[in-house]
Amino acid sequence: MVPLWMYLLVSAALFCIGAYGVLSRRNAVAILMSVELMLNAVNINLVAFWRYLTPQNMSGQAFAAFVFVIAAAEAAVGLAIIISVYRNRRSVVVEDVNLLKG
Amino acid sequence: MLELNAQSIGFLIFSAFTIGGGLGVVSSRNLIHGALYLILSLFGAAGLFVLLSAEFLAAVQVLVYIGAIAILIIFAVMLTRSLTRLGEVFNKQWWLSALVAIGMFVLILVGVILPVFSGMDTSGVSPNVATTIDLGVALVDGNQYVLPFEVASILLTAAMIGAIVIARDNE
Amino acid sequence: MECTDIINTLAACLEVSGTDPGLAQFIQILLGVVIVTMAPLIVVILLIWVERKFAARVQDRIGPNRVGPYGLLQTIADALKLIIKEDITPAGADRLIYNLAPIISVVSVVLIWAVIPFSPIHIGVDLSIGALYFVAVGSIGTLAIMMAGWSSNNKYALLGAFRVVAQLVSYEVPMVFALLVPVLIAGSMSMQGIVEAQRGMWFVILSPVAALIFFISTQAETGRAPFDLIEAESELVAGFNIEYSGMKFGLFFAGEFVHVFTNALLMASLFFGGWVGPAVDQVPALGFIYVVLKAAIFYLFSLLLRNTLPRVRIDQLMAFNWKFLVPVSIVNVIVVAFLLQVVRALGLAPSAELSNDFIANLPQAIVLLVGSLAIVIYVLQQLRNFGRQERLSQQTVTVRKEDEVDMLPAQAAH
Repeated sequence: MVPLWMYLLVSAALFCIGAYGVLSRRNAVAILMSVELMLNAVNINLVAFWRYLTPQNMSGQAFAAFVFVIAAAEAAVGLAIIISVYRNRRSVVVEDVNLLKG
Repeated sequence: MLELNAQSIGFLIFSAFTIGGGLGVVSSRNLIHGALYLILSLFGAAGLFVLLSAEFLAAVQVLVYIGAIAILIIFAVMLTRSLTRLGEVFNKQWWLSALVAIGMFVLILVGVILPVFSGMDTSGVSPNVATTIDLGVALVDGNQYVLPFEVASILLTAAMIGAIVIARDNE
Repeated sequence: MECTDIINTLAACLEVSGTDPGLAQFIQILLGVVIVTMAPLIVVILLIWVERKFAARVQDRIGPNRVGPYGLLQTIADALKLIIKEDITPAGADRLIYNLAPIISVVSVVLIWAVIPFSPIHIGVDLSIGALYFVAVGSIGTLAIMMAGWSSNNKYALLGAFRVVAQLVSYEVPMVFALLVPVLIAGSMSMQGIVEAQRGMWFVILSPVAALIFFISTQAETGRAPFDLIEAESELVAGFNIEYSGMKFGLFFAGEFVHVFTNALLMASLFFGGWVGPAVDQVPALGFIYVVLKAAIFYLFSLLLRNTLPRVRIDQLMAFNWKFLVPVSIVNVIVVAFLLQVVRALGLAPSAELSNDFIANLPQAIVLLVGSLAIVIYVLQQLRNFGRQERLSQQTVTVRKEDEVDMLPAQAAH
């Protein structure tokens, strides 16, 4: 079997890649995709810890299932907002959405 | 050194998919390519779930993420035609973001991974794993996760209604 | 392990003759994979011939009859023609995605065959989440069509891809709800478990509504008439695959044909007992015949639908799904789940040792059947009211039009 820390390494790398995408991309859809990457990294972490530490207890898998729910809800609302913004501003670049900025 | 067997080779391939796909998502200029990289990454994660004996989550990952979320994203990319209007991919603080991401990685490395680092030793891992049926029971068991489960269903309904209201044409 | 059945115990047979155990295991798995993936690709040759003959009979033609006896070799001739045709990639196409799409399209269908049980012992792999697995890999097919439509750099292809998202993603919802019913009754998501649970009684008797909804929504999933808005020759020229030529087009084509037959197999396994039949425990190979015969009936039925029904409009398609199929399927799941609990509370459910007995299953079946009947009657009632309203509103529209026509000459006279 592959040791636990390898899974955690993959998950940590994926999380940081996602974080970099969220902080640096200009396109709102790309930011949303990066958020999905981060959620996935969290899921890998949860399932890996579950498998190696408490395989009899369902907490890890149950939490991962809830992360799926959150991700689905987040994607639906996020994309709705992006489409709504695009309709009003003709742009999906987050820097252009600055009407509230003083 | 990592012993080469079906599991470890699978792990290497799927982690390469996951990380490579992730890098593709944040770096690709064409957003459709980005979405396809995202699918590659999600597929790799599904493979990792299978290796971790969480088959149910793997199937849900393919169904929900690849079958629904990724396709929704591709759809949104096509609707907003954003790939043609893209000048700069990254904003002005990209180097700062890279610094933050690398810093975070080091932090996780020291804070989370080092404490559980065990070399190649996996002898303490129990071979008995709870099944999908246990997961199903846990989600509706009054002593375990029935309340979060119900809250999650309400959240999904609220998100669905919210998405429809936000995206609807005003006329 | 004993060396009895060549497919299931090949590893044991090889070990007997002195092969390394690890290698023997690997060869056995490899052989299984090859058989399971080749089967649909060979079956498709016959399927195309059946379909062309059937369509010809419906349209009062003879159909292929030149190549081979009864035109049986026509498909092989066509495949040869497709292979030697020029392979065109349109200018401005996204090369990698364009070439990947047809492969993914076929693979997403072939992967489903891994969990279809053909006999008590012959199944690719009996996953504990088989029912969920085939929905999951099936949803990859949507992605393939999206990729094809987008990468072709053609507006008709893109329009086809847009329709795909609307249609396939929507019709997945009632399909999954209908699928929940056999899973609920069998208490298992494994395909083999679902078929085993039908030894006493087929699930179609317990929930005909679910079977019907599953059939309609899988029909829509294949994207064929009356739900062929994805291709819609007269509107979109050919939809997502307009730019494809040669064997790449052939792969989409083959994928579609296999998909129809795969859906028929799933229908037979989930609702019509799969390989269950007389003497199947003594001679497992009979299971192949039973399940394929059952599937053939649904295959021919979907061919009949394809060749006799006109295409629906996109708004009708969506309205039919979201305003009719989805509510009915949700109500059906709730009713079945409720009645199953009632049956168990009253002790009418067959006990474990009697679950293979037809008579022991009867009380449960009658209760569930009454529930289904109530749903059907209520839905028909609602449809009748709706139809009456529609007719009334249409009548008033025509009356008003006649008034206008009457007024016109009068105005001219002034």
